[in-house]
Order: sequence, then structure tokens, then C-alpha cells
Amino acid sequence: MSILVGSQTRLLVQGITGREGEFHSRAMLEYGTSIVAGVTPGKGGQSAVDGRVPVFDTVADAVSQTGANTACIFVPAPFAPDAVLEAADAGVALVICITEGIPALDMLRVQHVLRARGVRLIGPNCPGLTTVGEAKVGIIPGDIHRPGSVGLVSRSGTLTYEVVQAMTDAGVGQTTCVGIGGDPIVGTSFIDVLEMLNADPETEAIVLIGEIGGDDEERAAAYCAREVRKPVAAFIAGRTAPPGRRMGHAGAIISGGAGTAESKRQALTEAGVRVADSPSQIPALLRAAGVH
Amino acid sequence: MKLQEYRSKEILARHGVPVSAGETATDPEGARAAAVRIGGPVVVKAQVLVGGRGKAGGVKLAATPDEAAARAAEIIGLVIKGVTVRTVLVAPAASIAKEYYLGLILDRGGQAVTIIASADGGVEIEETARTNPAAILRLPLHPLIGLQEHQVRRVGFFLGLAPELRKDFASILRGLYGAFMESDADLAEINPLVVTDEGRLVALDAKIVLDDSALFRHPDLEAMRDLHEEEPSEIAARDAGINFIKLDGSIGCMVNGAGLAMTTMDLVKLAGGEPANFLDIGGGAKADRVAAAFGIILDDPNVRAILINIFGGITRGDEVAHGIVEARASLGRQVPMVVRIVGTNAAEAHEILRAASLITAESLDDAARKAVAAAGGPA
Repeated sequence: MSILVGSQTRLLVQGITGREGEFHSRAMLEYGTSIVAGVTPGKGGQSAVDGRVPVFDTVADAVSQTGANTACIFVPAPFAPDAVLEAADAGVALVICITEGIPALDMLRVQHVLRARGVRLIGPNCPGLTTVGEAKVGIIPGDIHRPGSVGLVSRSGTLTYEVVQAMTDAGVGQTTCVGIGGDPIVGTSFIDVLEMLNADPETEAIVLIGEIGGDDEERAAAYCAREVRKPVAAFIAGRTAPPGRRMGHAGAIISGGAGTAESKRQALTEAGVRVADSPSQIPALLRAAGVH
Repeated sequence: MKLQEYRSKEILARHGVPVSAGETATDPEGARAAAVRIGGPVVVKAQVLVGGRGKAGGVKLAATPDEAAARAAEIIGLVIKGVTVRTVLVAPAASIAKEYYLGLILDRGGQAVTIIASADGGVEIEETARTNPAAILRLPLHPLIGLQEHQVRRVGFFLGLAPELRKDFASILRGLYGAFMESDADLAEINPLVVTDEGRLVALDAKIVLDDSALFRHPDLEAMRDLHEEEPSEIAARDAGINFIKLDGSIGCMVNGAGLAMTTMDLVKLAGGEPANFLDIGGGAKADRVAAAFGIILDDPNVRAILINIFGGITRGDEVAHGIVEARASLGRQVPMVVRIVGTNAAEAHEILRAASLITAESLDDAARKAVAAAGGPA
């Protein structure tokens, strides 16, 4: 069954007629994701991706006419918070926001409204997620995956691809891989995904990819020690990052001596998580933990 | 983006916070003139964005305008943590009866804008957090309704303010909150907030850090960016849409994606080398960005080799390879380049690169080792 997305997903793409939206919608369709609708205000009645997806003016129209249950957002940053709220207002239960560069205070308000409604947000500033062999939502390349029994959660984009590719090359397949995003305020945390993967009967082991900044990895480590009985392997990026500088992601900053790679590695190690020095070591750590 | 003290105070003053404003000067004569206008003793303060300027001799008292000029002459040109002081703030010297810390931060763990307050002002709050966490009040604010009056009262009582100061304090905290929200800040702090001998509350020092992602809707704040304090290469990178941070090593790095860029640096270090920079060229590895990135990396004379790591995914690797080869041909300075491309047509990409005598690598570990060797071995 895996988690969050799968064969039951009926996806609508907000911003589907934009360059990025159309490009990645095509890749999602090729992977087998069921995209039932696109939304671009003012382009209702048209179609996108070579006529394969009907376009609506509003998310409400798209949901009522297609039964979409998941939304993927490729809307530019100034308009993305509104797009997330529009999806929530239309009754979509799961929203994946790919957009990068959304002001943090906007996300605080949006996130609060979504929580009160019971709507799950993944992202923003995330690559999306893949349930291998069933559906991919977002921009993760489909061909790096291989079906298997390892679930993955990551704050990064291309680093996630690096680790997944290393696993696939070594014959270690995946259930669901989730990119939660690199911003300080994100809808879904490491712990949220760990909880889902821990409860998923198809997932036998978990990979966690973190980076400098904040204390999400430390919290995740405490959760692993307390709740997770499946083997967990991890990699933390940014051991060489200087303090006080924003390393690309808004969330990746070491401040006041907190949020360093070493403190995260130590917390994870103490929680019984196997911590890799390089992404290439992840498959061997999983094998050593008994993953086939 | 960090704002200088005098800019931060300007913003707070607009929100009704009483600040020790003063005037800025860029030479001793300007400092003298400012001191004359202010009248009485002043403090001359280096305007730099790095911490620890007091310890570095960047903050000095002056009793007279002549002294202010002399102190400014000492401070201007001073190098504090690599930053040369160009501007000083000349502000009235306050007689301090008591110092407090009052700040607002975007707390990612608590997912809320949070008040941080302490009666131990004048020292770094991180220091207080380590040595005496009970001396700090953390109060998260509701994301939709914001700062409430009972919260203002609670902070005032926690700080143990004299009853006659509570009204002024309430207006300061409301002003700080207004400044934080209106400027889309990550941090806004007054440290210290002092009670003067005359019994007035004044913000003696202030710091505002803005959310870079919100600058698009604050052109007035963007204009406050202090370009003097940034590496010229970092300014050039920002203009080209590239995330770049200069470091001290000899191996230039060009990577797509921030997490993978950090990982590439880490693996260079693990292989015995030192990264010269963090550089994320963003999605797609477009030819013009690759060319701009080469220029920025090679501008650093310490760079002896470049490691290019592109996880193409759906980007075509052979196109990226052509872009690298073309950009390289027009470079003034040549250093060994190790390239690793993953994704569609990666094999063709590596053939193109080898034909142009670039070093190729199959894995990231392999690329890091080869880059360290190409730069002349472990540091």
C-alpha cells in the first residue's frame, strides 16, 4: 500500500500550462500517475499536455468534475500560498507544493489553516514524492527508482536523487520516497513521514536524508529511538558548511552554534540510526541491517 | 539578509520604538559634526554585520566632538572578522541603569513567530540560553491573530519592569512586532533595551534579519543591502541567479541543488581536500549559468581544480556536457576539471567530456578523489 500517493491518487496540477508545470506533468503521466485535471485561471475549457489533461479555471471546478483528491502546485512564489489555500478550500486532502522561495510568514498562516482543516501539505520548496511503480507527484526523475522495501524521507532535492540512485544501483529498492522540502516552515516534518513509514507494512527499513539547520533531525532521532523498530540509515549534508551562512535552502543555516551536521549525526547515532559518511554507503548500511 | 544597526533602528523608529538613533559618518570630520549636533557624550559604533565588534574595538565612547573624531579615525578602516569598517554610527551615550533582551524570531521548531525576552540584556542570547536557560522567556504568537495584550503584559511581568515603565514597554513590544511582520523578518531584536538613569526605556542596539524569500515584495528593504560587506564574487553570483558562498579551499565546486552541493563539499573534505566554495547552479544546468559559474569560481586565485557534479535527472546530460566544454574553451585561466554527470545520456556526456580532455568520474566519491588529486593531493 505504501504511503501518501499510489494507484488511488487522482491528481490535479495547479499551474499546468506553465513551462515547468507542463514539463513535469508529462513526466508524471509517463510514470503512470493519474492526472485528472489541471488548473490555470482564465484557461478553463482548454486542455494541456497534448490534449491529455482538461484544464479548469478553479480548483473547485476541477474537484467537482473530476474527483481529484491530490494537488501538485507549480505556481510562482508570490501566488503559491493562495494556490495552496484554494486547494484546501476545494476539499483536496493532500497538497504537494513544489514552488521555491515562498515567504516564511505566508507559510505560517497557510500551514495553520491547513492543520485546522486536516489537510496535509508536503513542501514547499520540495521535489515531491514517489510511490515506486504506482505514482510520482512532483519533479523526482522516475527512472532512478526500483521497487523494493525501503522508505525514504529527505529535506533535499538532487541529494535525494543521488541517494535513491545509489540504492537502485546496488539493488536496494524503495516503497515511497518523500521530499519534505528545504524551507524553515514546511507542512510535513521528518517525524510525520517516519510515523507513516513505520506503520506501513510494505516498508522494512527507512532512510533519512537531512542537512544543517534547525533541529528537525535531532527531533527525528528522538522519535526513532522512541517509536521506530525498523532499521534506519541516515546521511546529513553540510559537515563543511560555515556558520551563519544560508546554504542555498532557506532552512540550511547554522546559527548560534546550533544546527550543525555533527550534532545531528551524534543525535542519530545515539538513537541507534546508522549514519553514512557518503550517500554511496547507504545501501551497505541497509544490507548490514538485514535489508535484501 | 542582515540589516546594519542604523537601518534596523530606522525601521524600529518608524514603528514607534524609542531608539538611540544618532547619525552615520564615513570619516572623522563627519563623526565630529555628528557629535556637535548631538551634543554631550557620544558612542562611536562600527557598522558591520559580523558579531563581536565591541571586543574587536569597534565600539568606543567619546566625551567631546574632538574625541568622537579621534575614535572614528581609529574605528574606520579597522578590520573586524575580515570586514573593513566603512561607516560608524555616532549616537548619544546613554547612562544605563538596567539592560534587557527583547527579540522576535521565526521559530522553525515551534512553527511560530516567538517572543524571546530576558532580564539579562547586553550579552548574546545564545550565551544566556546555554548558561541560564531559566532566565529566558519564549512565548509563541498565534499565526493568525498575532501578538495579544495578555502576552505583552506577561513579558513585562517576566522582566520585572517597574510599574511606571509598563505602558512604554507595551508600546515597544508592539512596535517591534509591527516591524517584524511588516518587513517579513526572520529575526528582530533589541539588545540591549535599557532603562536609563532618567528612567526611560531606549533601544540601544538593534538587529533585523530579513527573510530573503520575501524581499521581492520589499524593494525599499532590498535597497538597504550593504554590498560593501559581501564578496564581489557573491554579488556577481546573485546577479546571475546562482547560489554561491566563498570558502578558503582549493577545489572549486559546481553542483545542481543545495543539498547535493553541500554533500559534494563534504566529500571533497573526506577525500583530504578543501572546498573553495559552495555553488548551486539551480535546475537544468543551463549553458549560460555554467559559463557564469566558471567565471565566479576561477575568480578565486586559490582554485586549483574544479569538480562539477550534475545530477541531471530529466535534463539531458550530453547537452550539459556540450555547455561545459564550450564554456571552458572561452576561459582565461585553465585548471583541471573533474566532471560527473548522472541522468539521461550520461554515457554520451562523459564521451564528449573525455574528448575535450576533461577528467570524468562515475561516482561522487570517485569524483571527489580525482578532484583532490588534480588539485595537487590532500591539503
